[in-house]
Amino acid sequence: MGIVSPGFRRRRRDDDVELPPGQYLTQDFPVLSAGPTPNIPLDRWQFTISSEIGQEYQWTWDELLELPAEEPTVDIHCVTKWSKLGTTWRGVSLDLLMEEVETTADYALVHCYGGYTTNLPLEDLLDGKAWVVYEYEGSELAPQHGGPARLLVPHLYFWKSAKWVRGIQLQEFDEPGFWESVGYHNYGDPWREERYAGD
Amino acid sequence: MNARLEWRVAKLSGVHHETATARTLQLDVPGWPGHLPGQHVDVRLTDEDGYSTQRSYSLAAPADGDRIELTVQRVKDGEVSEYLTDTFSVGDPVELRGPVGGWFVWHPSRTAPVLLVAGGSGIVPLMAMVRARRQARSRAPFRLLYSVRSPSDQFYASELRRLARDDGGLDVATLYTRSVPTGVMRPPRRIGVADLEMYGWPPQFEPTCFVCGPTGFVEKVANSLVGLGHDPRRIRTERFGPTGG
Repeated sequence: MGIVSPGFRRRRRDDDVELPPGQYLTQDFPVLSAGPTPNIPLDRWQFTISSEIGQEYQWTWDELLELPAEEPTVDIHCVTKWSKLGTTWRGVSLDLLMEEVETTADYALVHCYGGYTTNLPLEDLLDGKAWVVYEYEGSELAPQHGGPARLLVPHLYFWKSAKWVRGIQLQEFDEPGFWESVGYHNYGDPWREERYAGD
Repeated sequence: MNARLEWRVAKLSGVHHETATARTLQLDVPGWPGHLPGQHVDVRLTDEDGYSTQRSYSLAAPADGDRIELTVQRVKDGEVSEYLTDTFSVGDPVELRGPVGGWFVWHPSRTAPVLLVAGGSGIVPLMAMVRARRQARSRAPFRLLYSVRSPSDQFYASELRRLARDDGGLDVATLYTRSVPTGVMRPPRRIGVADLEMYGWPPQFEPTCFVCGPTGFVEKVANSLVGLGHDPRRIRTERFGPTGG
């Protein structure tokens, strides 16, 4: 516990819910991104999973929408300290997308339209923990929130839920992504407050 | 490979009022490692019951030894910003850690033109770049577009006037959105493509663009810059939400 700040009193009452350390609740949906929002025409949208031996598995926009969808309701935690509870999304489970993929890789590097990348262990994308989502609260996903489609990996800080997702490169080695290369934690578990490198 | 960013106990050594609702905090942080302009710190407040909460604030100036500066805008019902702008007094301790962020930064050794576009309190990390440029005696050409509601909402007004007057390499355009001071011809309105064309750099100059402000502002400016032909890879953004409290 930190030193007491003279004269500081708690204002918000978040005590009926348990939040990860250092997080506060918001009802808004703040935006965080490193650059401009890319414009991605749906007729040219593609999602590609590439295995460590170069095998590619691809989906067009229409093919993605034809896959069985799930509607996860999850809590999300941004490294900039806000948490938002009970958000509902619609999209395709990574378990389904990975079903036919032959791989022994341990790591994934996620690529996005606009050039953003983020890395995570492959096991964090499997077993019902991750989705490629295209709807938020019943509406199509807005561009500034990652539309047409973003990754959703809610058990990690939200920067891992890459906006404007374009593909996943499976690799035998771990390779830091965008924020992971500029001082943020490589894994990013909010419950262990893994915000920055070294946490 | 990376040492953990440790929490440090800083002490408030001075306060400077920027506007009626924003003030600059001078903090002494023993052992401060230095920082780049554009980086921020995490501030942690703890009450007597052990309740603790954190927020991020941009560093407003280059470090002066162990002394750093933050400018904090009071946000309605923001328990941290209200504390830092009203209650926090000279001599009081506060915990912070940093510097954080390695993307929205300007390296004073760079010589390429720089375009800074600030909306409201988004001026803070961009002012740190302007000040770092001066401190490093950099000749990198800078243009700052500062969109602000009215003259009374302006941060750093006299300093920016002085810096722009004394330095041919720095242009400052203040763009008012609600009310203008007498003598300003541009009617109050939100920043537009015409402003970016008139006061910014042409895309052929390949400036590095830093855009900071509320989400709607950043979206609009970044999209306009892309529309004018600026390479999206040279546009770096940082957003201040209403939840920055």
